[in-house]
Amino acid sequence: MAAEGSVNQGKRRFLLGASIVWGGIGTVAAAVPFAWSFWPSERAKAAGAPVEVDISKLEPGQQITVEWRGKVVWVIKRTPEMLASLPKLDNRVVDPKSEVDHQPKNCKNEDRSIKPEIFVAVGICTHLGCSPTYRPQVAPPDLGPEWLGGFFCPCHQSKFDLAGRVFKGVPAPTNLIVPPYKYLSDTRLRIGEETGAT
Amino acid sequence: MQKFIAWIDDRFPLTKLWEEQWGKYVAPKNFNFWYYFGSLAAFVLVMQIVTGIFLAMTYKADATKAFESIEYMMRDVSGGWFIRYMHSTGASAFFIVVYLHMFRGLMYGSYRKPRELLWIIGCLIYLALMAEAFFGYLLPWGQMSYWGAQVIVNLFSTVPYVGEALGTWIRGDYTISDVTLNRFFAFHVAAVPLVILILVAVHLMALHEVGSNNPDGIEIKKQPKDPKTGIYLDGIYSHPYYTIKDLVGVVFFLAIFFVVVFFLPDVGGYFLESNNFIPADPLKTPEHIAPVWYFTPYYAILRAIPSFFASQFWGVLAMGASVLIFCFLPWLDRGAVKSIRYRGRLYKTWLAIFVFCFLLLGYLGTVPVTVWGQFHGGMADVLDTQDRATWVARILTLFYFLFFILMPWYTARDKTKPVPDRVR
Repeated sequence: MAAEGSVNQGKRRFLLGASIVWGGIGTVAAAVPFAWSFWPSERAKAAGAPVEVDISKLEPGQQITVEWRGKVVWVIKRTPEMLASLPKLDNRVVDPKSEVDHQPKNCKNEDRSIKPEIFVAVGICTHLGCSPTYRPQVAPPDLGPEWLGGFFCPCHQSKFDLAGRVFKGVPAPTNLIVPPYKYLSDTRLRIGEETGAT
Repeated sequence: MQKFIAWIDDRFPLTKLWEEQWGKYVAPKNFNFWYYFGSLAAFVLVMQIVTGIFLAMTYKADATKAFESIEYMMRDVSGGWFIRYMHSTGASAFFIVVYLHMFRGLMYGSYRKPRELLWIIGCLIYLALMAEAFFGYLLPWGQMSYWGAQVIVNLFSTVPYVGEALGTWIRGDYTISDVTLNRFFAFHVAAVPLVILILVAVHLMALHEVGSNNPDGIEIKKQPKDPKTGIYLDGIYSHPYYTIKDLVGVVFFLAIFFVVVFFLPDVGGYFLESNNFIPADPLKTPEHIAPVWYFTPYYAILRAIPSFFASQFWGVLAMGASVLIFCFLPWLDRGAVKSIRYRGRLYKTWLAIFVFCFLLLGYLGTVPVTVWGQFHGGMADVLDTQDRATWVARILTLFYFLFFILMPWYTARDKTKPVPDRVR
């Protein structure tokens, strides 16, 4: 045993430092499984599988909602008048050409869809996740004479046109998200899976 | 009895703890009305823990059963409605008491040296309390529970690059679901209450170490000791003097508290929001989503900030900053005096502006931004068709932050009055 006063301080500091570092690594490593348990389980992932929609009975102007991954997905059959309103709004929307990657590549066009008359979008506001209301009426009293039809978010009053493009000066920063989807036939859609248009 | 205490004291510092933390703790003798709220906050905390334990005995943390289990509790469990209304009213009461407690700190400069750490620990308790309230609000699984949680979790999804994954990680699913409910329950009944209890213990230890401030902002520890009593001239023992005073506060508090519990537990939709009496429906967003009143000032700030560069993260940052900025008060305040009693006009004006902004933002956070209509043409086309309330909220947000940012300037420049040696 070392005599009084001849303690090797350098060695002590080294051992202390090494213990702290090694113990710290161990603690962090032990925390990993706990943090990992927060990810969606296999069951939750399976529940997020694609869904099929029958659109044969969809009337012009009508909206149906389906659930995919617990999210609201809208399928709307747009009338020619509705489609004609879109180019008029190009200078009033933030991203008229859909530059932000919020749609599959085959939907990066003027009407943000594979077939212009059928519009598919995730019905969740890009601001903070509320579900906007479908307001196809032209110039209703509460939305003003400029309104040509679109979607209105009741939470923070964000406005989108009938292609889900966000208007300028509202809280939502980007266009509504168009989910990946494909046509199984002319009257059947598969939402959540993207492979080849029509 | 004395023998028994002595037996314990030989094995555990019971008497020492009691005397250090309360029994022989010397506090300034001039505490006023504003000094009720610290002990009241502790009282409400105990009440929330006790009622919460009993609620957990009936509540089921399961998305298919949660709402129903609360209906059952309200209708069929003996006294269930009483326990639940105590808990729900207690949540709002907790925030009222804590806001008044914090305002006391602002008025009398209780965050100033040497109480910086005491103040910061208090801010951490406030943060933990906000987390606790948020997690708890999901549990009834009503429409407002669901959509409120949706909005708040999506705040994290706005973080650039990792946001989307972070949101999924917090929820444990692609949307708020049973998984989310279950983990929020764990946070609400175990994790966060433990954190709060530990922080409160640390807060009290720090307080009893540095000593209490008082309405005059005079450090009683700088005074000589009274030769007769052996304590500082303006000090008195907490026990029995403040024990009795605080008990009076508790009685008054309970009188008001139970008027709410018995006669208006929802307080017109402010304590319990009307939409929360409808079960959660992921496919149907309520017409108007607003958090419970105690979060609305920050919510109004969040809404006021427009998106820049295709991201609404700025609003989230502003909201976070508006809460965290309280931590920096000890270093922002350069005033020569602590208490508002000896401050000049500048500080008083700014404090009034701050309170006004906080309250009006709080109101605006409860209503839709269309509440005051839109601008029509007029002064500038920039404002045309924009919501008036949004612009008011922006101005209020600006002044909310200016209260803090300009503080080093106006407190240093303020014409203060001389502080006496003894309390009034």
